[in-house]
This record gives sequence, structure tokens and C-alpha cells, in this order.
Amino acid sequence: MPKKLPYQNKIELLQGTLDLLILQTLQWGPHHGYGISQLIRTNSGQVLQVDTGSLYPALHRLERQKAITSEWKISENKQQVKVYRLTATGKKQLATERSRWEQLSEAIARALNPHKKESEA
Amino acid sequence: MRLRLSPWRRQREEELDEELRSHLEMAVQDRIERGETREEAEAAVRREFGNVGLIKEVTRQMWGGMWIEQLLQDLRYGLRSLRRAPGFTIVAVLTLALGIGASTTIFSAVNPILFEPLPYPYADRITMIWDFAGDSSRLYPTFGTYRELVERSHSFDAIAVMKPWQPTMTGRAEPERLDGQRVSASYFQVLGVPPVLGRDFDPSDDQFNGPKVAIISDGLWRRRFGSDAKIVGQQITLDANPYTVIGVMPSGFENLLASSAQLWTLLQYDKSLPPESREWGHHLRMVGRLRSGVGTDQAERELNVIARTPVQEFSRPPHATLERGLIINSLQDDLTSGVKPALLAILGAVLLVLLIACVNVTNLLMARGAQRRGEFVMRAALGATRARLIRQLLTESLLLAIIGGVLGMVVAAFGVSALVALSPPGLPRASAIGVDGTVFAFAFGITTLVGLLVGLIPALHASRSDLHTGLQQSSRRTAGGQQLTRRMLVVAEVALALVLLVSAGLLLRSMQRLFAVDPGFDTSHLLTMQVQTSGHRFNEDTTHLFFAQSLEAVRQLPGVTSAAFTSQLPLSGDMEDGYGVHFESNTTGNPEADNAALRYAVSPGYFETMAIPLRRGRLLNAHDGADAPLAVVISESLAKSKFLDQDPIGQRLRIGPSDGPLGTVVGVVGNVKQTSLVVSQSDAVYITTMQWRLFVDKALWLVVRARSDAAALAPAIRQSIWSVDKDQPIVRVATMEDLLAASAAERRFALILFEAFGLVALVLAATGIYGVLSGSVTERTREIGVRLALGASRGNILALVFRQGMTLTGLGVVLGLCGAVVASQAIITLLYGVSRLDPIAYLGVISLLVGVSVIACWVPAWRAARVDPSITLRAE
Repeated sequence: MPKKLPYQNKIELLQGTLDLLILQTLQWGPHHGYGISQLIRTNSGQVLQVDTGSLYPALHRLERQKAITSEWKISENKQQVKVYRLTATGKKQLATERSRWEQLSEAIARALNPHKKESEA
Repeated sequence: MRLRLSPWRRQREEELDEELRSHLEMAVQDRIERGETREEAEAAVRREFGNVGLIKEVTRQMWGGMWIEQLLQDLRYGLRSLRRAPGFTIVAVLTLALGIGASTTIFSAVNPILFEPLPYPYADRITMIWDFAGDSSRLYPTFGTYRELVERSHSFDAIAVMKPWQPTMTGRAEPERLDGQRVSASYFQVLGVPPVLGRDFDPSDDQFNGPKVAIISDGLWRRRFGSDAKIVGQQITLDANPYTVIGVMPSGFENLLASSAQLWTLLQYDKSLPPESREWGHHLRMVGRLRSGVGTDQAERELNVIARTPVQEFSRPPHATLERGLIINSLQDDLTSGVKPALLAILGAVLLVLLIACVNVTNLLMARGAQRRGEFVMRAALGATRARLIRQLLTESLLLAIIGGVLGMVVAAFGVSALVALSPPGLPRASAIGVDGTVFAFAFGITTLVGLLVGLIPALHASRSDLHTGLQQSSRRTAGGQQLTRRMLVVAEVALALVLLVSAGLLLRSMQRLFAVDPGFDTSHLLTMQVQTSGHRFNEDTTHLFFAQSLEAVRQLPGVTSAAFTSQLPLSGDMEDGYGVHFESNTTGNPEADNAALRYAVSPGYFETMAIPLRRGRLLNAHDGADAPLAVVISESLAKSKFLDQDPIGQRLRIGPSDGPLGTVVGVVGNVKQTSLVVSQSDAVYITTMQWRLFVDKALWLVVRARSDAAALAPAIRQSIWSVDKDQPIVRVATMEDLLAASAAERRFALILFEAFGLVALVLAATGIYGVLSGSVTERTREIGVRLALGASRGNILALVFRQGMTLTGLGVVLGLCGAVVASQAIITLLYGVSRLDPIAYLGVISLLVGVSVIACWVPAWRAARVDPSITLRAE
């Protein structure tokens, strides 16, 4: 289905990286969906803007995988909000995804700068 | 209106709504805090957020159980689309319900009879054994042959012989004549079903003059003995003799060899096999259970070796030499061979009906697909894949089929009871006909199959790849292929209907021919019933006296023209009672020349009552009494076969045993159909009951010629016989016309079903033609408008549509004729007196079909002719 929304100032997230970012964000404590998206944006220096159309499917998928759990809470604004929390499984997943990501980015960095890699070797 | 979701699902939906709403609200709050007005903030957030519905949709997909969700969605959508077209839905569902219901009904009857094993533990090993008659037809074996096989054959676990037994039970409540069997002690052992209470027969009981013991059926036990387990060991009175009940059969026991039997006793024949005795009469049925691992062929080879090699120990009389060997065939074949062709033909016919119903619904779905084209184009544009569309359409057709199937089960429930009511008396296992697990599975299976079958072509058509370009075009261009497919379907429908109708036509013609057959006597205003004497008080003289007095009493009744007794009644459906007839003129001494003839012991006046015409000599009369010389009347066919054109009057003959008395032929009467109108065996000898000295017939048929309504006389006749002796059972009261109808019951059964199916096929084919033509007229309205504008007359347009409709009919008829010629081969055994290519049947059916299709063409053609060119052209 063609769905290209005009977010020019935003870097498209790589497949799978959103999960990592969500888990990473929740490491510091439970948050609701809006909070997670705001935190990702702030922490990435306003570069990564999470599309709600990706965020909620990812949250629900992670919940189904039991990486996170959710509960309803009342926010400071007296609002019903659904708050997500990292589980033990989620912590493990975060660790593996994190190391996978580090390997990947390292590998990409090396692939992008082959000369540097040769000279180092 | 949407399908209700599970509570769990609904809660998740609400939570998702709430979650997204809180997200939006928080985003708005943030923007307001940054100084935007609420309106600005809301608009911006909404823009940023994107399509809420879509987000929900993709989020829901993460919940799992998506296929269920999609199925529910498809179902919901399917139901909604069916509700939106109630006319279409009702017609399609009813058509399928009819097809599925009729098929299920027929299957429920055919399955236990032809396909399921018989309800015995070793059903596949139970076989019937028959002797061969002189003319190579099957012959009842004798007790002598049975004794020899029991001793000499090694192929069987057990062999049994049996014959009918109709004792009258007295002592408890009113006297009742029961149907039963006299069997050898091994009978239940062969069937493999022992009594559930008490014990089985013991071989030591089965001796000449042995103890009188009986085993009763579960039905009789419940009905007459109040399910009292203490009945075992008690005595009951049968034909004025005390019998000890030794056992009760289980309730599930089906006695297929005599389905009406309610009790059994032992045969107790003389094992010393005296010559010229009943032990050597061809009147027993023989059934055996093969040893495990012994095939029918192997057993038949062994029996034939035994038949060809007589031994001293078992000397055989001339009429039971076994020189033609023995026949052995499975019990299932034996029981069903008579009804098998009819049942298979009916099964074939109902499957044709189902096929026509499917074609019809396919056609309806095609038409509906054409109407819904816009919808499919829209869904394709929104991203639905072809597979998804096909799945959606198949879900809809399955939905139709399932609703049709459920209704079909209702149809089947009624159908089964109608079928049982309609079933011919000779139908074995009629009690096993019903909706059981197998039948249910069959119905479910065909429902699914039908759902996929009717949906496939329309789904493939509707989802064709040009959907993506379809938005820009009107549907006219792609409709061509649709119309072609739909027309082909109609041609197929007409062809299938013709095949069915031709078969029905041929059966109808056979029935006409059959009832045009002269039975040899006048069947109108004739009442028949069987009168029996029972008990010790009847010896030879008192039996004769009772019958004579009864006859006298009946003759006195107002409304009775004449009345007579006979030992066997034409068309009664009973086993034939035949005896070897030896004419003195046959001096060759060759017993082969002494063919068996039907034996009728009659009271004087029998020919007059039956209106059997006299050809030569005289009829039997009151002077042919006990002391008069033996007078015999023979049938025309017997006279002709023995004496050609010579005068048979005065010829001397002997009926039965070779030591019997000689009689004289005093007259020749017309031939009478005994077994049925189809069977032409008519060699017969008639003798008065007083002069028939071999034994006394204890049960005689009373035939009464009435002045008007024969059936209305029955109560008066019963009363007048009971005025002679109130204890004598009178059974099987029926008019001769009933018997005549019953004798053709199997054919009638097949005919009624074929007629019903043919009618359904005709209606379905007509609606098919109508549907296609009206669809075509709607699509061609513009073309018709142009034609009219260019000067075509209304008549031209009428002819145009008619030509189209009749072309379809014509093509269907041609194809159907080929099919009918092939299919008629399958019902050839059901035909009588007509060729399977009978031109009257074919022409009649073709004109019927063409006539109906003319009517079906008329409405669309008339509508086409009324098209107003100024309106249609302006509409473009």
C-alpha cells in the first residue's frame, strides 16, 4: 500500500531499529506511547521522529512478544494513559538487539570507509 | 451492522481507541503550552498523526489471530453483501438447499443399502448358496443338499437353512399371526449375532420331533411380553402348541434374511432324508459364513467339486442331482441386486440435480459479480490483492453454501421420511435409512465442495487483473467474457436437465407399457385377503369345512358378486409355489421335460371371480369334489408348450411326486401373471382344494369380486368369516389394484424420484435461461436503442432476444441428447417395453424443454422490445 507521508526533516528508521529504540527508552522507566515518541525525538536531538503509524504497531507487537507489559494509569493531567514497562524478557532482548545493532553499525561504518579499515589493519 | 466481536476483542478495541486519544490529547496539550491556540494545535496534531483508521488497522494486525480476524471480516462483509441482495440470496440459498437436501436424502438411503457393510460382525463372509434349475435360473436348495454340504464342505464356519413360518400366537391377549422363520440350529451362528438373553439354538434341539423351542425378537419381547427378562424358560402357545422361549435377540439385530420375522424356531427336518419327502423339496434358502481367508471363488470351486462328485453316503433324487453345480454370492449382493440398478440410477439423477443447482448458483454469482464490479475495482484500488479478493468471494460462496447446507439438512430430514414412506416393500434395510454421522459428513462434504465449486469461476472472473484499469472504463468491454461463460453455463444446465428429463420420460413410458400389460384377469373391484386356520382342532376335514362355510358366508354379503379361495394369489408378491408336472404323454422318462408349473389349489368359482377366460373344455366346478376323478385345468402356455396345436383335453398328468395320482386335463384357461407384470412365467395347473391331496393348505387367499367399492367390503367380510370361527386370523387385506401397484413399486419409486428431479432440473434450467437473457438485455439496452433508432422494428428486437435464448436452448438440447443416449444405458434395467432410444420419450422431452425455454425467453424479449430509444440514447 503506497503510504508516503511528507516528513522531509526526518530520517526514516531502519527496519527493526524502532524496537531497539523503544526498549532502550523504557530502560529508564515506564512511559506511555506519546512519551516514548517524545523521548526518542529529544534524545536523538530532534532528528528521529517516530511515526505514530509505526510506533503503536511496534508497541503492540513487543507487548505480544512479552518484551514489555502495559497498564492503565492516571497522568498528571488527570488523563487515562496506557503505560508500558520493560519486562525481564525485554531486558534480555534489549541486550541482544543492542549488541546486534552495534555490530551492524560498526560493520556499516567499516564498509563505508574501506581505506581506513585497511590502513588500520 | 457488524458481526459481534468477542468481549476480549471489544475491550482491546476500546483500549486502543483510548490509547490513541490520549496520545492526541497530550500532543495537543504540548502544542498549547508552546503557545498555539487549541484549534491550531488540534489541526496540526491531526495532520502529523496521519490516518487514525489506518493506524488502528496496522496496530490490530499485531494482536495475533489475524486470520480469524480476516475471516470474521470476510464473513461480516459477505453477510452484509448477501443481505444487500435478498432476492439473489434467497434464490441461491433455496437452490442449494434443494440440491444438497435431495442429494443427502438419497445418499442416506443408498449408503446403508449399497455401501455400508451389513450389520453383522463378519458381513463380508456371509454368502447365499443356491441350486441351479433346469433353465439355469436360481433354485431354492433342498434340505438333502444342505445335509450333504454340511458334511462335505470345508469352506464354511457354518451353514444354515431357513424357511418362512407364520404361527398364530394365542393365550395372551387376542390371537395374532406372527411372521417368523424356521431355521437350522446354526442360523444365528452364521450371522454372528447370538441372543442377548437366554441361549442360542443347540444342534441337539434340531432333531426330527425335537423339543419345541423359540427365540423371539426384541420388538416382540417388548410389545407382547413387557420386556420381562423372566420370559426365558416360559412357554408360549403357537398354533396351539406349547413352545419354550429360550432366548431374546438384541434390539439392534437386523434380520435381513426376513426383515419382518419376530420369532424363530428350529426346522427339525428328518436327517435320514426319506425320499419324496419335504426334505427333498426345493423350498429352503441357504446361507453360509465363509471360513476366514476363504474367498467366494474358492468356496464356489469347492462346492462345484462336491456337486460333480456324488458319494454313496448322500444319494440324490433326480430333481436334486446338482449336476449344474451351485451358485454362491455374497449376502449383500443377494439382498441388493434387485434394487441396486434403481438406487444407482437415482443417485446419479440426484447428483445431476445437484450439479444443475451448482451451475445455476454459479450463474447467479456471475451475474452478481458483474453488478458488483465497481466494488471490486474500488477494493483493488485500495490495495486488496487478487488472492484477497478471491478469498473474499469464496468466503461469500461458502457462506451461501453453508446456509444452503443447513437448510438442506432440514430438507433432508423431511426427505428421508418421505423417502421411507415411498420406498418399495422390497427395499432391504429400510429401517437403517436415516440421518446419521456418515450422512452428516456427506452433507458437510458436499456443502463445502459446492461452496468452492460455485464460487471459483465467478471469483476468478471478478478478480481479473484488468480491475486496476477498470475504474476509467465502463464495464461494457469486460462484460463480453462474462456473458460467454454465463451462456456456456446455461447450455450446460439445459443439457443436464435434458439428460434427467429423458430418463424420467423413458421410465414414464415404461410404466405406461407395464400397466398396459394384461395380467390375465380383471383387476378392478377385486378384494383379496389371506385367511388362515390355526390350531389342533383343524384336521383335513375341518379345514375344508371352515373354508367352505366361510366362503358361503362371504357370498351371502350384499355387494359381493362372487368369491373364491386360492392357494396362491397372482401379484401377491409371495414366493412362487411350483411343482413338477409330468404328462403321461412324455414317455421319454427324462425329468427335464417335466417343467415346474405354478400350482393353484382353488375353490370352484375361482376363474369366474378372477375373470380368467376359458379357452377350451370346462372350468372346475362343485362336482370336482374329494371323491370325483382328479380334474385339472391348465394354462394356455402350458398347453402350448406340451401339446402345440393338439387338443390337451383328456390328457393325463401327475403333479408333484412320481407316486402321486394321475389327473385329467378338463380345461385350458388364459395365462395369468403371477409374480409381476414383467415376469412372463405363466405355466400353471389348477386343481380344486378338495382334490389337492398332497397336504392341506392351511392359509388360503380369499378373492372377492365386488359390485362397486371393493375396499369398503373388508369389515363386513371379516365379520362374516369370524361368524364361522372367531379365532382365525385374517391378514394382508388389499385390493387387487393395490397389489398391482405394489408389484411395480420399485419402478414407481424410481419414476417418482426421476419425475421430481426432472421437474426441479427443468425449473432451474428455465431460471438459468431467464437470468442470462435478462442480464444480456440490460447490458445491451443501448445497442437495442440504437437498433430501434436505426429503424429496427419491435418484432426484430423480439426475434433478436428470442434467437439468442433459443440458440442456448438448442445447443443445450444437442449436447443433452448425446448425454441422454449415454445415460439411458444406465437405466436400461429399469425400462420395460421401450427402447432406450424411444423416440416418443425423446421428442416429448425436447418439446417440453423448448416450450419452457420459450416462456423463459418471453419476459426478457418483451422487455427488450419495449426499450425506448430516446431515453436510452440520452442516458449515455
